Amino acid sequence: MKLPAKAQEKEKLIDKEGKRVDGRNLDELRPIKLEVGVLSNADGSAYIEQGKCKILAGVYGPREAHPKHLALPDRALLQTRYHMAPFSVEERKSPAPSRREIELSKVIRESLEPAVFLEYYPRTSIDLFIEVLQADGGTRGAAITVASLALADAGIPMKDLVAACAAGKVEGKLVLDLCDAEDKLGEADVPVAYMSTTDAVTLLQMDGNLTLEEFEQIVNMALNGCKQIYKMQKEALKAKYVALKEAAEE
Amino acid sequence: MSSVMVKVKQKQIAQLIAHGKRLDGREPNDYRDIKIEVGVIEKAEGSARVRLGNTEILVGTKVDVGEPFPDTPEEGVLTVNAELVPLASPTFEAGPPDENSIELARIVDRGIRESKTIATEELCLVPGKHVIIVFIDVYVLNHDGNLIDASALAALAAIMNTKMPKYEVEDGEVKKKPGYIPLPIRNYPVPVTFAKIDGKMIVDPWLEEEQVMDARLTMTFEKDGNICAIQKGGGTGSFTVQQILDAAKIGQQKSASTRKLLVKE
Repeated sequence: MKLPAKAQEKEKLIDKEGKRVDGRNLDELRPIKLEVGVLSNADGSAYIEQGKCKILAGVYGPREAHPKHLALPDRALLQTRYHMAPFSVEERKSPAPSRREIELSKVIRESLEPAVFLEYYPRTSIDLFIEVLQADGGTRGAAITVASLALADAGIPMKDLVAACAAGKVEGKLVLDLCDAEDKLGEADVPVAYMSTTDAVTLLQMDGNLTLEEFEQIVNMALNGCKQIYKMQKEALKAKYVALKEAAEE
Repeated sequence: MSSVMVKVKQKQIAQLIAHGKRLDGREPNDYRDIKIEVGVIEKAEGSARVRLGNTEILVGTKVDVGEPFPDTPEEGVLTVNAELVPLASPTFEAGPPDENSIELARIVDRGIRESKTIATEELCLVPGKHVIIVFIDVYVLNHDGNLIDASALAALAAIMNTKMPKYEVEDGEVKKKPGYIPLPIRNYPVPVTFAKIDGKMIVDPWLEEEQVMDARLTMTFEKDGNICAIQKGGGTGSFTVQQILDAAKIGQQKSASTRKLLVKE
């Protein structure tokens, strides 16, 4: 009977009133701060803080593809690099790309490609660089949210902004936007990216254990989160131009 | 395939699928023939060869003693690696693993890990110091589409076939004893991969279908029918919410029938 004793020792992630470790309700997002146009050299850039996650995205292009042989005759490449700073996690992460970062670069690219009119820029490359400065669970979702803002900021034609967010299961309860502890100790994590105007799910992953019914509820919960984030993205884009206009009028 | 050829093929395949048909005569939710052989490599602790149509995968497992991860000092270690061997396809090149082989390995890994298939807590010899490591190496021998399902099935067959050397601990030292015991296994995760072509979903895409698909979706199911892993990928397309929920229902049934090839009740 070793296991039950251990489980009791474990810190509870959801208290009796249904509040989570950081005081949130089950269906509540972490506080999100979005900023557009934060770097002067990049053609487009954006910054996100979601809970303790801090992520910066920069876009260059469309420009000549490097290496050249990768260029496609009928559309642009979207070369994506998701990278974590060595100091972004508890134990120093080696700056060399890990297998996880290579996989995430791929799934993030594939979550944004459906949104971008790549066929407008054949033979070129749009280079997207995502730097995770601090990680706190749900970095791939926050990375997609901020990257699609950086692409929009670069003036690249898009069908829609892509908003992303995870939902999951923690101590038997379905929760939105998992933080680090919930991600590590929870029973399931389902990151979703979504384009609201076309009802298109562009990223879907899952690990853990869920029945089909739970899976359906979690997907709907994550979509609700995406819709809230989508509104914030639009406001953040507008805010940049309001600020520019005010500066011009002064 | 050149991009012009892809467009021509895409039209042909999409037209067929619109009528519920496929280039190779299958129904939309049909798998190709699956053949499984186990114990094909004597020097490996476990091995399996899976043929899914013309796709051919060989998986070998090796068992060794090593250090545990610092955050799980009392658990054995599972590592999955995938090699897209150059002889398997004109598009594969020798060299360090690219994003496709890393993604393949990680999907196979996630299915086995999240379903807690291998009882890793039984693989601890000296906590924090010596644990048993299970290496699963996926070798793609012929690429004719849907490497994910074939690889995961081969990996499951190989670990079910794996025999573990008997280890004993004397004065903190690990000694190998004669004889073998089976690897402790308690789940049977089976993935089902869908391709979306021109708005329609099909199961088990073969190469020509993969070359023209808009997107790919893999769902892995445990023996009780629960989902334990999902991965969307494979193209510039997306899925509607309804397509995903429909796929989950079809996947649950398909994985159950595929599982019967390996697990006799």
